[in-house]
Amino acid sequence: MSEVMPTSRGSEYDYSSMTGSRTMERFIGALFVVSLLATIGLGVTFWLGGQPQIEGALLFIALLGIGVGVVAWGKYLTPHGPFVQEREELKSSDLDREAFYKSLERGTKILGRRSFLGKMLGVSLGAFGLLQLFPFLRSLGPVPGKSLYVTDWHKGVQLVKVDGSPVTVNDLEVGGVMTVFPDGFVGNAVDQVVLVRPANYNLVTRPGRESWGPQGYLAFSKVCTHAGCPVGLYQELTQQLLCPCHQSLFDVLTGATPVFGPAPRPLPQLPIYVDSDGVLRSQSGFNEPIGPGFWERGNE
Amino acid sequence: MNKRVEKTTDWLDERLGIAKGARSSLNKIFPDHWSFMLGEIALYSFIVLLFTGVFLSLFYIPSSQQIIYHGSYAPLRGQSVSEAYASTLHISFSVRAGLVMRQMHHWAANIFIAAIVVHLCRVFFTGSFRKPREINWIIGSILLILAIVNGFIGYSLPDDLISGTGIRIAFSILESIPLVGSYLAFFLFGGNYPGTSIIPRFYTIHVLLIPALIVALLAAHLGIMYHQKHTQYPAPKRTNKNVVGTVLWPTYALEAGGFFFITAAVIAALGGLVQINPIWLYGPYVPYKVSYAVQPDWYMGWLDGALRLMPSWEIVGFGHMIPNAFFPAVLLPGLTFTALSLWPFIEKKITKDDQVHNICDRPRDNPWRTSLGVGILTFYIVLFFASSTDVLANTFNTSLNLVLWTFRILLVALPPVAGYVTYMLTKETEGLDDAGLRRAPVIITRSKDGEYSSVVVDEEPPLHSRTRFEPQEVPEEKEYRRVARGDDNERELVGASEPSVGGDNGGVHHEGIEPHRSGGSGIFRVPRSVAGGGGPFGGRDSRRQRRRNTQE
Repeated sequence: MSEVMPTSRGSEYDYSSMTGSRTMERFIGALFVVSLLATIGLGVTFWLGGQPQIEGALLFIALLGIGVGVVAWGKYLTPHGPFVQEREELKSSDLDREAFYKSLERGTKILGRRSFLGKMLGVSLGAFGLLQLFPFLRSLGPVPGKSLYVTDWHKGVQLVKVDGSPVTVNDLEVGGVMTVFPDGFVGNAVDQVVLVRPANYNLVTRPGRESWGPQGYLAFSKVCTHAGCPVGLYQELTQQLLCPCHQSLFDVLTGATPVFGPAPRPLPQLPIYVDSDGVLRSQSGFNEPIGPGFWERGNE
Repeated sequence: MNKRVEKTTDWLDERLGIAKGARSSLNKIFPDHWSFMLGEIALYSFIVLLFTGVFLSLFYIPSSQQIIYHGSYAPLRGQSVSEAYASTLHISFSVRAGLVMRQMHHWAANIFIAAIVVHLCRVFFTGSFRKPREINWIIGSILLILAIVNGFIGYSLPDDLISGTGIRIAFSILESIPLVGSYLAFFLFGGNYPGTSIIPRFYTIHVLLIPALIVALLAAHLGIMYHQKHTQYPAPKRTNKNVVGTVLWPTYALEAGGFFFITAAVIAALGGLVQINPIWLYGPYVPYKVSYAVQPDWYMGWLDGALRLMPSWEIVGFGHMIPNAFFPAVLLPGLTFTALSLWPFIEKKITKDDQVHNICDRPRDNPWRTSLGVGILTFYIVLFFASSTDVLANTFNTSLNLVLWTFRILLVALPPVAGYVTYMLTKETEGLDDAGLRRAPVIITRSKDGEYSSVVVDEEPPLHSRTRFEPQEVPEEKEYRRVARGDDNERELVGASEPSVGGDNGGVHHEGIEPHRSGGSGIFRVPRSVAGGGGPFGGRDSRRQRRRNTQE
């Protein structure tokens, strides 16, 4: 082969023996050798037990040596033209299209004579497809039913700490905060409640909630009404609860009403009381669904 | 030709008839431009994802089963964690090269989606989605959606504290869809949040369902691109009816193949040297715990930002509710991806342009599309930065309130401003075929008497250095056609093929500019100010003249 093709530099070279490219050839060869050495090093590293940083660095060198070498080979030691090629028109000739229509029509006509069969087939296939949908969806999970409305909080349930021990009236200093669960359901996502003690008197957050906050203890669902994150931060100074996900801010003293950010509704408040042993218990469950909104609610 | 190659080819050709098609493939021309490598980066990082992903799947256990951790990471020993979390720790600390593979996988995913987005911007701003490439634009849009969804799901699999919070938010977002939301959420999660089904289900979706879809669509994307032939930027000798560039075998094959290794090398360096997602520091997912600075991976940032900036509205009525999260997290991405995938048709509605376009627009040559694109992009960039309102407020020691309202205002105000500025800039440079390229150097000398004089250096400026030369057919292709036509007179053939690349077939794109460029009298491009246009941007008349010249 001794075709004469221009290189990227534009002057014409006999591309079977490009002159002036010895240096580049040596450079590329050296890159491949470096890559080879890195690969051997990688093998040794693996053999000895591996070390992330060394592995990453050697992988980098091994791959980069090959990559840069091959690209340089293509870029500097092969003809770059520029070459030209015509674009054939994408669309078929009118004759071909005509022939296609004819073939299509031939089959359609034959099928069309039995249009009743076609309709029946459609109905059968459709019904079959639809029916598959039901067991498939039904197997995936239960329908929501009432489960978004209920938690494990009921009348008289003990408030327990994360370790399962009951919460007594002396457990929180004024200004303190803790996460509590209904007895027997520690760690349950929907049941998490944040217990705060902003003051040492009976706090009324909102009208109708006169008895909900005994001895300054207030309990709110910890699931954010925006997107369901745990409302995990309590700012003692401002007596506000902050959700770290999207920065919704809830004012504890007014019943955890949202004062900032995207949360649209207050955190539901759990009515609690102190029993004769000084243990905190719930008066009842929440009077509304906890957490973010969904289509079916909205009639409270 | 090597005997063994010939034998293999014969064997295959007698069974599959490959020689003819393979010949034209080897001689295929690919236009050369750095911006055409963006899609390649996406493709190559996807290949890295497949390799590293297969490795990880050999050790990862997709289970929410709670176990007591006894592995090699001492600070977590004795803690109750899920099997998924424990196996991810095992990969990170006890599997040889496990951490590198895990981090490479994560980095590759981030790069994959970033490359898709930048590639999409390139295609958008150069108008490469126009006829006949609308189908590939739609496929590309779907690929972007799949990549983002699979990225999010993969990020969730380790079941650490931060990703677990992300899954909780995902449940709430599903729940917020009108009519079917709670059902969708319950069907995906196998019941109320959190349940124990989501990790194994996410795993199947992540390693089987979506990758299979991506592979299929990627094959279609590349196949269509190959069949339709790549677009090219406007330049002399490039027309709507030809392709000018380098030949596949060997040049393009070497350059593209080598580029795969370079992409993989960069991902390997990041995977080995730059820590990403250290889940052992976050701890296992516990539903009632949460961490400060809960930011998702970068490609979810715009959604997280939208969730944060949304005012606290909720629509309640007729016994039903459209929750707050629906607007930023369902409606916004829904509209975004619908408008994105249908953009070629939207633009066609406006421009009524039904021509085949194989020559890219330069962004500055289409001020309306470019400024609109910049405006829209600005909107999403603001949303992206809004996903770190808490970090910004902390870093700059200012109130969250101030940061939030700043972003709300920026979200509305910045896109029109960015669009307007872009419009003015593109109007200013519209039609200048060499804007941004180096002019011929001017040497200014000061004589002994303090007199200044300037000389235009008599040296050809590096304008489209490769296209200064007459493009020619690939020699073997020329030979093939000669034999196929039974035409022995090569001289005549060369003559016959020239009009398609030369100057007189009307389809030539830059016809009018040519004399300007290589100059009738051997005078090369002179600085525009010297050419007497009036001011650094050149005279309006000469620009309009050129604009007319570049129109197809």
